Amino acid sequence: MSGAIELDNLTLGYDGHPAVHHLSGTFSHGSMSAVVGPNGSGKSTLLKAIAGVLRPLEGRIVQAGDRRQAMAYLPQRAEIDRSFPADVTDLVALGLWKWRGLFGAIGRHDIKALEAALQAVGLVGFERRGIDTLSGGQLQRALFARVLLQDAKVILLDEPFTAIDEKTVSDLVGLVQRWHGEGRTVIAVLHDAELVRQIFPQTLLLARELIGWGPTETVMTRENLRRSRGMTEAWDEHAPWHEDGHGHSHEAAQ
Amino acid sequence: MSLYQLLIEPFAQYGFMGRALAGAMILTLSAGPVGVFLTLRRMSLTGDAMAHAILPGAAAGFLISGLAILPMTLGGFAAGLIVALLAGLVARFSIQREDSSLAAFYLISLALGVMLISLRGSNVDLMHVLFGTVLALNNDALIMIGAIVSISLVGLAIIWRGLVAECLDPNFLRSVSRAGHPVHLVFLGLVVLNLVGGFQALGTLLAVGLMMLPAAAARFWVRGLEAMCGLAIGIGAVSSLFRLADFLSFERGVGAGNHFGGGVGLCRVADFRATGRGVFKAALAAAQNCVRRIE
Repeated sequence: MSGAIELDNLTLGYDGHPAVHHLSGTFSHGSMSAVVGPNGSGKSTLLKAIAGVLRPLEGRIVQAGDRRQAMAYLPQRAEIDRSFPADVTDLVALGLWKWRGLFGAIGRHDIKALEAALQAVGLVGFERRGIDTLSGGQLQRALFARVLLQDAKVILLDEPFTAIDEKTVSDLVGLVQRWHGEGRTVIAVLHDAELVRQIFPQTLLLARELIGWGPTETVMTRENLRRSRGMTEAWDEHAPWHEDGHGHSHEAAQ
Repeated sequence: MSLYQLLIEPFAQYGFMGRALAGAMILTLSAGPVGVFLTLRRMSLTGDAMAHAILPGAAAGFLISGLAILPMTLGGFAAGLIVALLAGLVARFSIQREDSSLAAFYLISLALGVMLISLRGSNVDLMHVLFGTVLALNNDALIMIGAIVSISLVGLAIIWRGLVAECLDPNFLRSVSRAGHPVHLVFLGLVVLNLVGGFQALGTLLAVGLMMLPAAAARFWVRGLEAMCGLAIGIGAVSSLFRLADFLSFERGVGAGNHFGGGVGLCRVADFRATGRGVFKAALAAAQNCVRRIE
């Protein structure tokens, strides 16, 4: 199977300060992977880099074809300005950007596709609702509709199931599984280890560097998870205001 | 005083009043929507900073050719763009945030501009540049304002979709398109353009008022983006009308004198504020009536 997305010695960060170190490996074509790790481990950073939002400090991301054409990126909900006076249609219609760009007119065919996408996520009747009036779950459904509209080969989801109710999670998980079934490559940042074990065949465990990457059952081991927690703690200890001499070994973490 | 005498007669009777009204109303057509996007992008203070930043450019134009509209406008536009770009660059390549570098640049520009004008001009010239000379708009100035507004409206129409996407979900836009940065730059250019368009009438310090106050007021009344832009234009136009009508009666009541420049400036600020809330407007009118009666 040809590699869909290959990471080659990838180092990522902000303002020249690395947050993720020396990542190499491949998300194969049609795979469904979870990216997990403690807070601050660089999961969202990795996803941003794959989406082309963040430029790597070092190394590269190899992918056949035009990356912007092939990807659908769902950012964290918090990154969306919900006070902006837009309605659900405005938000979801951004998914047409690949075809319509800055100037293209949105035609009847596009409107049909948009309606179908809203129907698939259960938001029929919400077309003209302002996004500031949506609940967290409804907003996430709208964002999934936008992903649907993008009809992309690679789908990147940043914490798609955080802080939304069970019913919405199960609906949206159904969509993700449908995408997987259609042969699309899915990469999702997740926090819920249980959900990862149930649904995602592949897992990338990250803690500012690679802890494990492969079939979920071999990666999500107690030992690996303990190591990943240690890595971020070790990093915290390097923070300048933290006093030393609190009794546990730094070596264990490294 | 009848409504006709208050709102229509001055503009029909005096050519300079008519031109002042036309200038302000045309300018409002693009300043309103630009102001709406400034508030929505949380860049209200950026607009203010840019308004200060155009001063040294206008001052340089003044040094070269006196109070002539074209050189001062071009100078102001160039200075505004330079400050916007420098502030962006400093923010990108240092740990300084964009707002603090903007603040630093505009303070320097303001000081530089005042110094440049003082080199050659008088206090009256300084007042003209800072607070504008809305009653001295000639036909050339109106043509200039018309051109600026036309360019702004076309520019806004071109980047509209990108600007909405950039406000709403910037990371998503970056994932599908490289348009984000160019759209932002064009938008900053439009802000500067509208400020220099307004500066002959309203002065460098208060040109931003025609942008921000109607936009801020419109936010309270309507929900949709297009509606906000439309309402901002409407509020701007109505407030221009009242401001100018008011101005004439204000002048009659108090009389001209050395309070002129400062009084006009204050009156303008108060009026603009009043557009958002009719209460202030009424209070102001009442106060003016009192003044007139006492006299």
